[in-house]
Parts: sequence; structure tokens; C-alpha cells
Amino acid sequence: MRRFMCTVVVALIASACSGGTRAETGELPASGRYELGRAATAAEIAAQDIDIGPDGLGLPAGSGTVAQGAMVFGAQCASCHGVRGEGISPFPQLIGREPRAGFPFGRDPRAVKTIGNYWPYATTLFDYVRRAMPQLTPGSLSDDEVYAVTAWLLAQNEVIAGDVVLNAETLRLVKMPARDRFVVDDRKGGPEIR
Amino acid sequence: MTEPNPSDRAPADPTGEITDGISEDGDSAHGSANGLSRRDLLTGAAGAIGGALLARVGTLDAQGAPAQPTGVTPATAGAQVLADPTKAPGLPTSGQGTRSPFVSPQRTPTGAIAGSSLTPLQDLSGTITPSDLHFERHHAGIPALDPARHTLLIHGLVDRPSVFTLADIMRFPYVSRVHFVECSGNGRAAYRDPNNETFTAQSVAGLAANSEWIGVPLRVLFQEVGAKPEATWFLAEGGDACVMTRSIPMAKALDDAMIVWAQNGEPIRPEQGYPMRLLLPGWEGNANVKWLRRLELGTAPWMTRWETSKYTDPLASGTARQFSFEVDARSIITAPSHPGTVTKGWCNISGLAWSGRGAITRVEVSTDGAKSWVDALLHPPVASKAFTRFSIPWSWDGGAAALLSRATDDTGYVQPTREQIVAVRGAGTDYHLNHIVGWRVDADGRVFFYGDS
Ligand code: HEC
Repeated sequence: MRRFMCTVVVALIASACSGGTRAETGELPASGRYELGRAATAAEIAAQDIDIGPDGLGLPAGSGTVAQGAMVFGAQCASCHGVRGEGISPFPQLIGREPRAGFPFGRDPRAVKTIGNYWPYATTLFDYVRRAMPQLTPGSLSDDEVYAVTAWLLAQNEVIAGDVVLNAETLRLVKMPARDRFVVDDRKGGPEIR
Repeated sequence: MTEPNPSDRAPADPTGEITDGISEDGDSAHGSANGLSRRDLLTGAAGAIGGALLARVGTLDAQGAPAQPTGVTPATAGAQVLADPTKAPGLPTSGQGTRSPFVSPQRTPTGAIAGSSLTPLQDLSGTITPSDLHFERHHAGIPALDPARHTLLIHGLVDRPSVFTLADIMRFPYVSRVHFVECSGNGRAAYRDPNNETFTAQSVAGLAANSEWIGVPLRVLFQEVGAKPEATWFLAEGGDACVMTRSIPMAKALDDAMIVWAQNGEPIRPEQGYPMRLLLPGWEGNANVKWLRRLELGTAPWMTRWETSKYTDPLASGTARQFSFEVDARSIITAPSHPGTVTKGWCNISGLAWSGRGAITRVEVSTDGAKSWVDALLHPPVASKAFTRFSIPWSWDGGAAALLSRATDDTGYVQPTREQIVAVRGAGTDYHLNHIVGWRVDADGRVFFYGDS
């Protein structure tokens, strides 16, 4: 009996040491897996894997010009964001480099953030427009149209020249004006207020 | 502040209303006292339901029922309140209960597609937020997802890219946890506009709620698919109309992240992510991706719109701080609060405190506008990354008073004043604003927001 109890206690201690979660998550099966779910097919992954990394990873084939983008924007976006991307309240303003100097957004609550003065990555613009815009018909633009409207928005924000053709290669190389302004939060609690 | 008439309240505007993700994340768009006045309630309800109700409501008034703080429609419209309720039988049982007709707390819907509504903190007690009053925040409306069709795809740096149905997810060993979820924009309205004396507990801190969640630890799922050791971040993606995405450090998955499917005893409500959502205990609301459809494991953050353009904090130094996941400790006195009143003699000063970094260790209350502080009682359970209820009895002598609360968490962090945050981050900084706020009590007993601690 005594020996049995010791075994139980040892087992309990062992389980406590292995993260203390065993009582909740149970014994892992010998395979280390519960064998639930099923394998994803390549087609299933491709259908959902629409994200674009800041290095351009995931950008699709296709291209668009600034001029083509002007047409897309006028037809698909201007009704909410304004013909010059100025934003028809309450829809957000998309274009404008002011305030240009000093990145004063922390100091000045009236400074309006735009793609041109605040967004750190151009790839984010392609990714976001393709997944979420136009608001009432998201996902309805072709990849060429998304490249084009991205080109127009970047050109209007004075980030790229008017004759740039945007594609996976050229978009990846665009450096946004606010790129170096972003820092990762390293606060860890404790008494200091930052 | 105008109070909308119920009949004027348009159905959801298909073009969206407040939409820039600034107003909807806690700007002063929500400054008005929540919901409708009692008079609106009575006239609106009478118009809709008819004279019998009006007569009934007359009975309520004759009995001197406490004024409803907020409300649109009495929940149990069929109830008759008799002069002597012991002299006739009451209602039979029902398939689904409703609140007492004397109680009708409301969120604050705006009708926008990219919208938010706030938890009526002033109407609640204890720590669990009723699920139908949990604040809402979404960027493209609430999708209607069929649990038989919805799946979760896990791929990227894994040995076995896999698809899980809700039924699959529910077969994994589950854990149960009580945690708050708080929008990163909570508190911004009061930061921008410290002198708006008509703010309520709901409008200054209502982008937060606390629930019991049930689901599978993410580390169990990641083990199932064979997460590769080189994975350091994962992308979480929702199945809503903006296909919302956030990048999350793998360390959180190995710590306490969960894929949850139940909330407060029932399946998660559509507004909160039905049929499944990511739960990152203590981390800013937006990262707790709802309607979760995909997780991709990788080696660097994706820099999505919601971690660059939004939910980043521009600082006075000319930088913008990113990935502020952990919610800083906050407290809010929920009673008394505007638009309530106090009367001379004893009452409870009661409120909520929470921290995304751990447990609340102390809540101090001041009744003299921060000149002196006393420790409030923390009601058990005082749990990590969960709402903690505090209270302290107080006898009001009829003199001027300013009630404030200040939380401390187990990392030693003390909730700061607005002045402190302005000094280190600037007046224009955007999210994660948790400064000390409270309530001014006037000589006539009326209570107003007191934002300049
Ligand atoms: C029906 C109105 C509507 C239309 C049309 C529309 N948008 Fe938007 N757009 C919105 C709303 C609303 C938001 C804010 C969404 C949110 O808060 O999450 C937004 C946000 C954006 C943003 C992000 C702004 C920021 O600062 O984070 C970009 C970029 C954008 N839209 C681009 C476009 C483009 C390009 C088109 C056309 C292809 C378009 N939009 C069409 C309503 C619209």
C-alpha cells in the first residue's frame, strides 16, 4: 500500500513538472497526437493563403499601372474615399503626406494618418485592399486591379513615380516614408510608465 | 447630448457609418449617455405594444420602481405587476428567459458595418459579463457562419497541414478559463476629452468584457499538426468580410492561447466569433481573432493593416510603437457613476479592475480627488487576466466629492494618471489608454464624469 501511494505521488509530481496541465489535457496518445482533423489539400491551402509578407512573399502574378489604378479608384473606391482619396466622412482619408515633418502623430491628436505619412509597408496596402475592399464587395477585384489601385494610391501619396508599373517585383522594393518610425513594444509591466 | 428616439433608429446602414476604426475603437463617438431615457422607453414601448402596457407601466411607477438606467424594450412584456403579487399566480415557464421588466441594460449600437458597441458596465455586478451584453467590435460586420461548413486550416511551418471542423476541435481535451477581452481603443474617449462630464462607465471603459471560455489550448493543436521549431510567429485569420488578420508570437501559443468554442455556458455568440475564435488571455482584443478560419506558422510578423495602420501607438518621440499586446492594468468605478445619483448616508463604491499581465493585487479608492487613498476590498476570485470586482462602503455627507480608483497588478504596475501618459506618450497617442478616471459628486447628489485626475 505504502509503495503504491509513493508511485501515485511520484506520478503526480511528474505530471506537475511536465507543465501542470496534464490533469486538464489528459494523457497524450502514444503517437503524440489525437489523430483528429484531416490533411489539407494543396488546393484548399492555395484558396485561403492570401496573405502577403512585408518582404513581398505571397504577391501574385499580374501587374497594374498608375493610370489603370485611377480608373479602378474612380469606379470602385471614390464613392466612399473621395475622388482625391480625401475621405468622405466618416470613411478614412487615404491620400496626403502632411504633416510631412517630424512624425508628430503622438503629439498632435489632429494630425491625420494616411497611407503616405503613416503606413510602414506598401505590401500591407495590396494585402488589405485585396482582402477587405471595396467594403461592400470585398474580394471582387482582380489581382491586376489591386496592383493598379495600389499603384495609384502610392503615386498620389508621392511614394512612387507616375510611370511605375507595379508587380510582385516592383511592389516588394517600395520603401514607405514611415518605414523607420516603427518600434516594437518592449514594455514588460513593473512600475515604469512608458 | 441628444437621445435618439427609438422610432428614428434606422436599421443598419448598408453603407456603413463610423468606419475609420478610430471612432469605433473608443473615440468620443460614444460620448453620449448610453441608450434611451426612461421617457423614450415608455412612449416607444407604448406605441409598439399598446395601451395595456402603458397601464402596467403606470403600476410600476406607482410602486416607485427605481428608474431604469438604460433600456429600449421591457424584456417580459407579458408580465403583469399586481398591487399584491401574492394574490394571483404568475407566468408559466418559458423556453427562454428574459430579464425583469425593471431591468434592461443595453449596448450602444451605431449601425455601422465596421462598428462597435459597448458593455453597460454600470448595470452589471460581479465579474462575468452576460454574453448578450459583451461589447462588440468588428471591421466588416458579423458574419453568419454555418458550423457544418466552417473549418480551421492550419498550415505553413508544420509537418501536417490540416483542416479541422468545429466537431474536430471539440473532440480535443479542453480547458476552461475566465478571462477578459478588451479592445485596444478602450479609454481613448476619456483620454481625448477629459472634461466631458456626461461620459458614463460604459462610454469610458465599456470596450471590455469578462467571460468563462472553453476550448483547446493552442499548443495542443500545434502539437497535433507538428509545428516546426523554427516557427516564431503565426498569422490568425478570420472568416469575416475583411478576412481580419493578426500576427501573433509563437510564445503565446506555447503559453496560454486557446481556440475557444464556448462562452458562459453556451456556444460563442455570433458577435464574439461563432463558431470559434482565438483567445489570447490578457492581450488586446483585436488580436483575439473571431470567426477563426486559418492559422499559418511562419518566422516573422506579416505587418497586416491591423498591426500597422491601426492598433499602433504614435509616441511624442516621433515613433510609433507596435505589437502592444499586453493590456495595461485599469480600474473603473461602475457605481456610483454618471448618470446616476447618490443620496446622503451609506452606499457602496463598486467597480472593476483588470490587468493583461496577471492578477490585480490592489485597488485604491479616493473620494477627495486623489488627495488621499484607501484600499478597496477585492472580491474573490481575484484571478489572473480576469475582471476583479472591488468595493468599499462609503458614507456621503453631502459635501463635494471626487471618486477615483487606481489599480495595481502583480508586476508592480500602478495605473497611471492621464498627465503621466501625456508626458511620456503625448496627447495624440492613440490606443492602450488606461489612465485613472472617476466621478464628481455635486451637492445635489448628481454624479458626473471626472476625467482630470
Ligand atoms: C462602401 C464604402 C467603401 C468603398 C467603396 C471602399 N472603401 Fe475602403 N474603407 C471603407 C471603410 C469603412 C474603411 C475602414 C474599415 C475599418 O475601419 O476597418 C475603409 C478602409 C480602407 C483602407 C484602410 C485605411 C486605413 O487607414 O487603415 C484602405 C487602404 C481602403 N479602404 C482602400 C479602398 C480601396 C482601394 C477601395 C476601392 C477598391 C475602397 N477602399 C473602397 C469603405 C469603403
